[in-house]
Amino acid sequence: MEQDTNLDTFPKLLQSHVKLRPEQAAIREKDLGIWQSWTWAETATEIRALACGLASLGLRRGEKLAIIGDNRPRLYWAMTAAQALGAVPVPLYQDSVADEMAYVLDNADVKIALAEDQEQVDKLLEIRERCPGLGHIIYDDTRGLRTYDYDFLHDFEQVQRAGVEYDQQHEGFYEREIEAGHGGEVSITLYTSGTTGNPKGVVLSNDNVIVTARNGIVREGLTSREEVLAYLPMAWVGDNLFSYAQSYVAGFCVSCPENASTVANDLREIGPTYYFAPPSIYENMLTQVMIRMEDAAAIKRRMFDYFMAHARRVGVRILNREPVSLKDSLLYRLGDILVYGPLKDVLGLRRTRLAYTAGEAIGPDIFDFYRSLGINIKQLYGQTECMVFICVQPDGEVYADTVGTPAIDVEIRVEDDGEIMYRSPGVFQAYYKNPESTASTKTDDGWVHTGDAGFFDEATGHLKIIDRARDVGKLNDGTLFAPKYIENKLKFFSFIKEAVLFGNARDYSTAFINIDLDAVGNWAERRNIAYTGYIDLASQAAVYDLIKECVDKVNRDISEDRQLANSQIRRFLILHKELDADDGELTRTRKVRRGFVGERYDKLVEALYSGQDQCHIETEVTFEDGRRGKLSADVRIVDAEVYPSPAETRGAAA
Amino acid sequence: MNTRELGDVILRVDNISLSFGVMKVLDDISFDVRKGEIRSIIGPNGAGKSSMLNVINGFYHPQQGSITFKGNTRRQMAPHVAASQGIARTFQNIALFKGMSTLDNIMTGRNLKMKTNLFWQALHVGPARTEELENREAAERIIDFLDIQAIRKKPVGKLPYGLQKRVELGRALAAEPELLLLDEPMAGMNSEEKEDMCRFILDVNSEFGTTITLIEHDMGVVMDLSDRVLVLDYGKQLADGVPDEVRANQDVIDAYLGVPHEE
Repeated sequence: MEQDTNLDTFPKLLQSHVKLRPEQAAIREKDLGIWQSWTWAETATEIRALACGLASLGLRRGEKLAIIGDNRPRLYWAMTAAQALGAVPVPLYQDSVADEMAYVLDNADVKIALAEDQEQVDKLLEIRERCPGLGHIIYDDTRGLRTYDYDFLHDFEQVQRAGVEYDQQHEGFYEREIEAGHGGEVSITLYTSGTTGNPKGVVLSNDNVIVTARNGIVREGLTSREEVLAYLPMAWVGDNLFSYAQSYVAGFCVSCPENASTVANDLREIGPTYYFAPPSIYENMLTQVMIRMEDAAAIKRRMFDYFMAHARRVGVRILNREPVSLKDSLLYRLGDILVYGPLKDVLGLRRTRLAYTAGEAIGPDIFDFYRSLGINIKQLYGQTECMVFICVQPDGEVYADTVGTPAIDVEIRVEDDGEIMYRSPGVFQAYYKNPESTASTKTDDGWVHTGDAGFFDEATGHLKIIDRARDVGKLNDGTLFAPKYIENKLKFFSFIKEAVLFGNARDYSTAFINIDLDAVGNWAERRNIAYTGYIDLASQAAVYDLIKECVDKVNRDISEDRQLANSQIRRFLILHKELDADDGELTRTRKVRRGFVGERYDKLVEALYSGQDQCHIETEVTFEDGRRGKLSADVRIVDAEVYPSPAETRGAAA
Repeated sequence: MNTRELGDVILRVDNISLSFGVMKVLDDISFDVRKGEIRSIIGPNGAGKSSMLNVINGFYHPQQGSITFKGNTRRQMAPHVAASQGIARTFQNIALFKGMSTLDNIMTGRNLKMKTNLFWQALHVGPARTEELENREAAERIIDFLDIQAIRKKPVGKLPYGLQKRVELGRALAAEPELLLLDEPMAGMNSEEKEDMCRFILDVNSEFGTTITLIEHDMGVVMDLSDRVLVLDYGKQLADGVPDEVRANQDVIDAYLGVPHEE
């Protein structure tokens, strides 16, 4: 039996899976060390009880249900339950501090909130007075909450029990509510963290979400047999697409990790066939592999080096099904048995048929490492405003520096000023209660401004992204300053976790560097360099030398690019603290808020341009629970090597 | 927290004195612990706090006085008898099996709960198998409770100190004790780890209803956590009462701040 492609809401899709594959697992969660699964039929029963329970608490069509917590089956069920009533789920980032949450809850007019545990409930109780619209709070995990005595606070199971009763008393209610839902109705509101200003609620209709999800499935040939691990924040559009929408359309099973710290292990146990991770996770996995290989016995290390060199030579060609010599092919197969297979198994990617990455540029070395192992990792380009897909790399046409060709039904045009614009069935309805932003982002005929500058590469026909359009500026001598491009080059080094470049309307470029504590810490231990913590390690002379090497290499690299040669980094410093979303320095999706960082550390920026070689700084930091503390350090500033550009050398020779 | 109703007396200590040779470690100490409360014993180093715990769980044998636990009065008791009656404890210096995994360490805490004999356990069939599954489930609940899933299979010796402390608490909980004795559960921890540990102690108390007696010399932590506090100084009982009383007690202030008595 084939699925009807006219099903236009998630509750209707759910009903169809109950008919098509009632006994197949829909969702899984590791609990008490054992993977527990719920079939599509069981899932539907749970959702029905919850939906009716929400109705008994007064949730009506068009009203909002906030969902706050880690990826848990019950939290995903709450999405469908709300949608069954025609209400709108609004997932929030679970690591938001109370103030950020208050803004979204109030802005979104949230009526009922579902919180995972005591931590989230405590935050909600703290801000409840500031959110007059927020009525009931429901919690999933009862731990620590037994002594809480509020009449608006309910246990999840208690709500479901009330729901079963409500269902019996209101015959046909649930079916009628589902029947009343349609494709044009709001499916979900997702808040984008944005690198400037307050978060904006992106309103997406059922058609936006379901059509885009289906197009993605068609393009990649996904089936109901895929395995997916849901481990990225539920508030992020990607998780909603990969772990929710596409699961409901294709009917595949989604697994929820035991908790945030066990993801690597759970990944290995589940062995997803379809996987998404931002570049930082791929980088991190590779760093861990390299650290562990350095500790391995000599013979293993030699074997690893030999076969990895072979994979680098022919692996990508084999993945692209290009012809290679018989000897190379046989050697690759041997390598697969001895090295690549076991390595992929450890990474949890042995069964992965399709892996995506997006959000940031990925280092070519990192990208090639995974592809040479035979993992089909591809880049995509997307936004919350269109339910992810704008461009995807087609199989066999995968390059480190492009984001591929337009996804199904997506039209793209590049404006005269270089800005990329698109139109697709996924294009959002509006920013919630924000007509000005909606009007400035979306044209009347449905084209959306991405805010990114880019062009179509003539050789491949793929889209290339240069930078966030508003970040691109000019140095005082008038030459182009594209910070993101250079920052990415810096971040390709495993020692550098984050970099922030300054240079717009300045005489030259300078950089803040965040070291990667794991990679640099390991490097230091191997050299018997003692350190007490992040601040100490970041200020060590040897670490400065290490980072200087990386900066010098990047400078040499960009000196060859005539347009960017002037942007070589003259001076840099290693920041005394890691940039952190709790301090507002990063967005919740870990993107640098450049303007804010520049203001917060203006003293350091001035020091970079004033010729000082040291600067004392005191910084206020926010801890996870919202408390504040002070951090003070003397930050050293170092000059980097600057290379002559080819144009200059030619000029000098003439 | 301090205003809640307390249950019946579960443990009563009457006129306990303990000496090692001429050293008088505990001098005529009397107090009680009520069911469901968090009862703390505080005092400067060498005040006799750990000795008091050792007397309660039968490790030391006092020369005078008696202990009444759940209605049974005694002067001496072997530690394993104390354990089988429902007293579990953790140690100031972690006493885990370093080479064993977190899970296995917690499973050892279930030892007294296992009823089948070696024969069945060796064959791993029938009742032994059912029992093992039950105990594994109990251990997993504790792992979940203490949020240590990620280290379930890691050897304990390789874990950082704060986590080892948590595993040790887990092993004590595995015995499902009625009275849990914690010997400086927060010693050597940073403020974040301390906060986590406080949360766990409160949760153990409220979720399982476990009565807890803990020793600590971080005054602030104790005052926030405890229902009642007993203060010892050089083996003598200095004060006993709810945190506010103890905080206001002049003898306690003097002992802690080292101000001489003005008589």
